Amino acid sequence: MNDQPNENKLRILPVSQAGDAAQGHDHHEHDDHEEAQVEREHRLDLAAVREKLREKSGKQYWRTLEELADDPHFEDLLHREFPRHASEWDDAVDRRDFLKLMGASLALAGMAGCGRPDIDHIVPYVKQPDGLILGRPNFYATAMPFGAATVGVLVESHEGRPTKIEGNPDHPSSLGATSALVQASILNLYDPDRSQTVQQAGEIRSWSAFLDAAHDLATNVKATNGAGFGILSGATTSPTLTAQIQNLLKLYPEAKWYQWEPAAGDGAREGAMLAFGRNVNTVYEVSKANVIVSLDSDFLASGPGHIAYAKQFSRRRRLNGPSDTMNRLYVVEPTPSVTGSSADHRLPLRSSDVELFARALAGKLGIGSGATLSGEAANWVDIVAKDLQNERGASLVVAGEYQPAAVHALAHAINAALGNVGKTLYYTEPIAGDAGNLDAIRNLCVEMDHGKVDLLLILGGNPVYNAPHDFDFVNKLKRVSTAIHLSPYFDETSAYCQWHVAESHFLETWSDARAHDGTASIVQPLISPLYYTRSAHDLIAAFSDKPGMPAYDAVRAYWTDASSHLPSSIDVGWRKWLNDGVIPGTKAAPINAELKFNASSLPAVQSAPADQIEFIFRPDPNVYDGRFANNGWLQELPRPVTKLTWDNAALISPKLAQQRDFAHKVQSRGGEHGQVRVPLVDIELNQSKVTAAVWTLPGQAENTVVLPLGYGRMRAGYTGTDKGFNAYVVRTSNALWAATGGKMTATGDSYPLACTQYHFNMEGRQILSNATLSEYQKNPNFAHEHDETPPKEDSLYKAFAYPGYAWGMAIDLTKCNGCNACVVACQSENNIPVVGKDQVMRGREMHWIRIDRYYTHTESATSGKTTGDPSEYNPTLDNPPTFFQPVPCQQCENAPCEQVCPVGATVHSAEGLNDMVYNRCIGTRYCSNNCPYKVRRFNFLRFQDWDTPQLKLMRNPEVTVRSRGVMEKCTYCVQRINNVRIDAEKQNRTIRDGEIVTACESACPSEAIVFGNANDPNSQVAKLKAQQRNYSILGELNSRPRTTYLAAVRNPNPELEKA
Amino acid sequence: MAQIFHRSANLIARFSVLALVVLANLALAGVLVVARSPYITNERVSRVQPVQFSHKHHVGDDGIDCRYCHNSVETSAYAGIPPTKTCMNCHSVLFNNAPYLEPVRESYRSDQSIEWVKVHRLADYVYFNHSIHINKGIGCSTCHGSVDEMPLIFQASPLNMQWCLDCHRDPAKNVRPKDQVFNMEWKAPANQEEIGKKLVAEYKIRTVNELTSCSTCHR
Repeated sequence: MNDQPNENKLRILPVSQAGDAAQGHDHHEHDDHEEAQVEREHRLDLAAVREKLREKSGKQYWRTLEELADDPHFEDLLHREFPRHASEWDDAVDRRDFLKLMGASLALAGMAGCGRPDIDHIVPYVKQPDGLILGRPNFYATAMPFGAATVGVLVESHEGRPTKIEGNPDHPSSLGATSALVQASILNLYDPDRSQTVQQAGEIRSWSAFLDAAHDLATNVKATNGAGFGILSGATTSPTLTAQIQNLLKLYPEAKWYQWEPAAGDGAREGAMLAFGRNVNTVYEVSKANVIVSLDSDFLASGPGHIAYAKQFSRRRRLNGPSDTMNRLYVVEPTPSVTGSSADHRLPLRSSDVELFARALAGKLGIGSGATLSGEAANWVDIVAKDLQNERGASLVVAGEYQPAAVHALAHAINAALGNVGKTLYYTEPIAGDAGNLDAIRNLCVEMDHGKVDLLLILGGNPVYNAPHDFDFVNKLKRVSTAIHLSPYFDETSAYCQWHVAESHFLETWSDARAHDGTASIVQPLISPLYYTRSAHDLIAAFSDKPGMPAYDAVRAYWTDASSHLPSSIDVGWRKWLNDGVIPGTKAAPINAELKFNASSLPAVQSAPADQIEFIFRPDPNVYDGRFANNGWLQELPRPVTKLTWDNAALISPKLAQQRDFAHKVQSRGGEHGQVRVPLVDIELNQSKVTAAVWTLPGQAENTVVLPLGYGRMRAGYTGTDKGFNAYVVRTSNALWAATGGKMTATGDSYPLACTQYHFNMEGRQILSNATLSEYQKNPNFAHEHDETPPKEDSLYKAFAYPGYAWGMAIDLTKCNGCNACVVACQSENNIPVVGKDQVMRGREMHWIRIDRYYTHTESATSGKTTGDPSEYNPTLDNPPTFFQPVPCQQCENAPCEQVCPVGATVHSAEGLNDMVYNRCIGTRYCSNNCPYKVRRFNFLRFQDWDTPQLKLMRNPEVTVRSRGVMEKCTYCVQRINNVRIDAEKQNRTIRDGEIVTACESACPSEAIVFGNANDPNSQVAKLKAQQRNYSILGELNSRPRTTYLAAVRNPNPELEKA
Repeated sequence: MAQIFHRSANLIARFSVLALVVLANLALAGVLVVARSPYITNERVSRVQPVQFSHKHHVGDDGIDCRYCHNSVETSAYAGIPPTKTCMNCHSVLFNNAPYLEPVRESYRSDQSIEWVKVHRLADYVYFNHSIHINKGIGCSTCHGSVDEMPLIFQASPLNMQWCLDCHRDPAKNVRPKDQVFNMEWKAPANQEEIGKKLVAEYKIRTVNELTSCSTCHR
């Protein structure tokens, strides 16, 4: 418990650890007069922003609050050709010493290139495994279990090393796509900080020693018939594990199984109980819905089946021409999510007001007594209800995971009333068990408190860190005589358990898991465990009547029984199940759930007073509930909407920021556009306190503060420990998802956050193009309205013919929802390093594809207004429409970078690729300076870890690992192009359309990215490029990018537009 | 006052300037020559191996096809170094007591790989693919020389970029009929230029522009 008090403290860095030390002597050496005169930092004045917005009209785009404010200091930052100090050497070595060293190394530089190649060894197999061809990767189907969600994946294996995860097209929860978390999970496998052995009280033990101990412990609890034996696990969809635990509960009838998933809500289960008197699993058929209403549900980016839903959703947004139709999405939510950001209409409402909205909507549709809404929401409800009525049987209402039971029950009732059940959604038996989440952990804590638990098996999870704060889990755990913790890391919970068993990664063990529609998959290992790790199956078996039973046998045993109900028996089917990644015939059958719900019987809704701040808890989009805290890829991945990296921050609305004077300051120190200094606040809530950085987020509901979970870890590993603040500290069981009655006060200190949205600003040029569906129908050519692209022949350079393939990419901005899957997929495929917070703050992150977030004006002046003084409300600030634009290298035909490279390290290929030759690059960075799209990335330092052996295993052998001083950028996955081309050439044929799939394209759940041969008029990419929506970024420069964009089209309701 | 320098100093000065230029060029040429010399490229250097395997015996005398051991040469980037199992296919019966082959048997018994010393070493930033060369009519001996006459294998070509480009700029001079790819005896006929051109067209070998694009070999 000693380290517990520290947990709620955010570590405050010195103003800038590296920056300040350097700053001292920089001044007299640099002689930067201009620098000294510019104010070091400048506060953002939100009141002035509002004032300015009143005068603005017409369409414009903005990315940051500062940009919106036309802040002259911010502009000064932007107009500098290089970010201030970006190229500055602020290491301990000063400039003079550096020059001396440079001189010395120059003298020796000539020598470095000399020398004879080293002697290498070749180590062949003794017996080469069947089916392995050296140099050709194999793909194996498996599935990634993730709480109640499962994603079927295909894993690329190079000589036995899994290196890359792809989606499994045959798996219903993947449909071939993945998410950022799935992509990044492979880094967890190779994480050098993973726990590697069994430990007892800090001493390393063998597995057989553990089995002996387990035998003794089992004998003891057997004597009491299992009384005092508890099993705590997370949500699981594994039929085998469930059967094993059930079997254990039979052996020990008094034993109890508790399930706690900190970032899963109970609302869905309780709502189903309320609506149907039983728990059900709801499966949506998003593609069949013309109108979708999300009641605070982020169904496109989280929860079981979200990848499939995103795919189905985007397929209804496929526009081949102005005559095509689109679905329509309304989102009501307290804080901007991926789903909300891609909505046609978005209404920011406080979390507790969502229920009010649901009641009002139900009331309009004749369910229950309704509710009265104020302001814009009242107008909204009428129009949304009408739209739903018009699409009976083809509409869908989705309730959010973190909403209470009533909202879920109302959503069920509305869907039933609209005749949607059986059409746009259906019900099945529950997939991930039936256990109450919060009740389980509460009961466990009560039992532990009463000293009734002698033996506790904790299967994964980290309850010491993430159990509700008021349960004081850690002190209750101390009353358990023997706690055994299975965990991939030696974490906060392991520290308080007598035994710690290192847990295998899902790529190292046999298991099984069920998709959101019930389809089961066998989880097959890609590699034998890297360390002495075990799976939950092994641990349960240790206490069963079959100790030492391998997970493989357990899975086989379960499916031998279960396959009697399946089309094929296990003997016939097993290899095919493994090959396909799904077990046929296991999809859950739709059930007929009878609605037994009387909406009028709901108790009066408890809406928080409008002037009180509502604190809501949400899992962080990247590190989730904290389990990915040590994953560098996810830490450095900009959050989809906030674009923050390496930290969480309390998210507040611009209104609240203005009231409290919490505006953030863009830092001119350190030269980076990526460092934003924000105020620190003390949040006092539920008798507990935490210090957090605050971040102003346009589009957030007023008086709502989001506290993202998963940060402030004490024992996460090298990457994840001590980052951000721990929101679990102020999260209690009575208010798991929304809490009021708290206080937020500024501490007077500030804190630097690394935000990538300040980098690479495109200076107000028309980079993004968007229109509504009706505008598009009226003017299909809207994307070229102000197009100044010169004719093709206007060039000083001789036109180059591309007689063969001409690789190109089309990115449909109508479909992109900013989910980040492509960014991590690219990182995994192309061996892209992680640089750390300090470097991100200098604008040196290495992602080859970035996703820019744009806000724009809303046409309707009051859209989204719910409470308060209307004159103080501006939708552009308080609920701006949001767009995302992925930007990889544009592969210009007239590439500006190529003209300036003094060593020919970036040159054009015959197929129009802008090749980057690392071994020629000498690091002048001229190319990057001349790139209008700012897509080139420079290895300022040796960012890549060359020493850790585990990480060497992870790398893609098809891609060079770059070193310091080398420029790099997106290559259109040239390794994939080459491999496919070689295969095609060997068969003496041309490459088929869709045969080459780039990493970003393959990961994208929205099918927004399409790659192919632009020379082939029948290719998908050529057809997209032929559309009128197709435009080039900065086409007026005549750079002729091969990556082009299809302008974003949204489908707002004209009635709501007028309002 | 007398001249400090004699008249001949003019000549010496002129000669020195010239000599400087010549010497500098010579030095540069020297560096380039050394860089291309077998000393640096390791051309024609044999290595001490755990077992002094003779290609001459296996290929030349016994007539074993290249692909018996290097069996992924047609399908993969790597030709493949045979696993110990491949050696044992024969040597569990032939010479199964020879002390010379003890490392092979030991490897097979102990499941520990034989660590061969690499002879053909390409730079790390080159992504060479055997299969496409084989499938487009480039014979083994074009790059690897007369392996059937090498008691100890050595690198027969410089394997530097200039040498690669020589062929990528004009594949016609090396392309042979596909059925001759594994023939160690094949020699270019007198009218190779003419036949080569035909074969390049027949095998749809890509244009020089494409073959010399950087990303063809570097990525």
